[in-house]
Amino acid sequence: MDALVKILQKDARLTPAQLAERLGRSEEEVSAAITDLEKNGTILGYHAVVDPERAERGHVSAWIEVRLTPERDGGFDRLARRIARFDQVSSCYLMSGGFDLAVRVEGEDLREVARFVSEKLSTLDGVLSTATHFQLKVYKQSGFSAGEGENDERLVVSP
Amino acid sequence: MKPLQDRIAHHVRSIPRSGIRDFFELVVGRDDVISLGVGEPDFSTPWHIREAAIYSLEKGQTSYTSNLGLLSLRQEIAHYVKGLFKVSYNPANEILVTVGVSEALDLVFRALLNPGDEVIYHEPCYVSYNPSVVLAYGVAVPIQTRVEDNFVLRAEDVEAAITDKTRAILLNFPTNPTGAVEPLEELEKIAALAIRYDLIVVSDEIYCELLYGGEDGMSPGHHTSIASLPGMKERTVLLHGFSKAFAMTGFRLGYSCAPAVLTEAMMKIHQYSMLCASIMSQQAAIEALRNGAPEVERMRRAYAQRRNLMLKRFAEMGLPCFAPGGAFYMFPDVRKFGLSSKEFALRLLQEENVAIVPGDAFGSAGEGCVRACYATAYDKIEIAMDRLAAFVGRLS
Repeated sequence: MDALVKILQKDARLTPAQLAERLGRSEEEVSAAITDLEKNGTILGYHAVVDPERAERGHVSAWIEVRLTPERDGGFDRLARRIARFDQVSSCYLMSGGFDLAVRVEGEDLREVARFVSEKLSTLDGVLSTATHFQLKVYKQSGFSAGEGENDERLVVSP
Repeated sequence: MKPLQDRIAHHVRSIPRSGIRDFFELVVGRDDVISLGVGEPDFSTPWHIREAAIYSLEKGQTSYTSNLGLLSLRQEIAHYVKGLFKVSYNPANEILVTVGVSEALDLVFRALLNPGDEVIYHEPCYVSYNPSVVLAYGVAVPIQTRVEDNFVLRAEDVEAAITDKTRAILLNFPTNPTGAVEPLEELEKIAALAIRYDLIVVSDEIYCELLYGGEDGMSPGHHTSIASLPGMKERTVLLHGFSKAFAMTGFRLGYSCAPAVLTEAMMKIHQYSMLCASIMSQQAAIEALRNGAPEVERMRRAYAQRRNLMLKRFAEMGLPCFAPGGAFYMFPDVRKFGLSSKEFALRLLQEENVAIVPGDAFGSAGEGCVRACYATAYDKIEIAMDRLAAFVGRLS
């Protein structure tokens, strides 16, 4: 059901009936497929994609580059999972290149993010260094352009 | 002073206003209309293609090009056409880049026709076919295709229309406004007629990438150009462009592929009227041909889903419609409601705020049907279908 995943990645709010119509399947088949995808961990969850500049409360995001000491058994996994468990961490990826983990941290203000990095993250055994990059402006998030949309400028009737 | 109206050339005066324009004026200014009346993709041009046009401007590519079009574009076109149609054209002298297929149509008839020469074409059809012929002092000879026959053009009807003044046959498959595709055996018979009566075939294949094959309409399908049939390349003017498949209507870019002598004659007119197509559009088109295929397929699949939605909803509401094989139009038959195409479209607009185009705007053969275009967002089509179902329910 690759097609189903593709549609849901763009719009997870479609009802099973609407999905069934788009895919040419029955509603029951679609519902069962979604349950399978949720159970086997293909679909991790659902959320609204929000433009933080328009969200009401204060909000700060940062990308932290983290360098780690790999371990004999499991490499970076144990430490990466440990970092990922913090509520402040919204995403955590192992990267190639000049650092090991890209950790996205969300907080109410700069101070909260800075405190998390200095008190929790950098003090962990195995963390060699961190570099914090605060996010200044969103142009595109999860496939959606922020700020400006494209209007339908077509004539209402044309040959 | 003589009234200005009397100074308009006779052949221009004879051309009626487009029925589309009349309907457009009724729709404009209404709020909350869902328009299924638009004859162009709802997608913006894919970003990588727009970016190529911007890059070309940034680099200062703002000059004229060769009259035929940039050689690099003509080479890409030759390569693309060979892949799609299985016909080889020489980029040096058999390909002409034009300002949309519209200009190419104008050129080909001006190049081919002497006053009084006849061109056979099939209706319902795109609104500019008849005027393009008339403006070249030709006589446009329409052949009716029928809803009962899925708007197939029958070779026997073509043959019956051939006279000693016939110079060309104009084809458009997949067809705007019906979405019809021509069965191969019928296309072969028409090719045989063209050869037997020594006629030129002008084939507008602008929708050829937008086919809905397989049982569920989701497969890409297969297009056969009449130019690829034996003995046809030397008598065919193949017209294609970027507007539909690549969603590039505003770039105004098309091309013709034709034997060198015809290309040269068309180029002469193009040279003294248009000079060349815009260079940034040409640069964008190179990018489209090199890297646009995945986006074309993404859009085609989106159209296919919407087509299936409309087919299903039409069937549920009891609106007869054949399953179109291509383009992005449905052409349902509304005769059973006892209204003319115009009445049906007008009342649907007034009562449910859904705009469709009356079939007679595409020639008298379109009377009894209406054109609903599915180049509109899926969720808007869903709402439009609910409204249409309510309207049809009241009529039944």
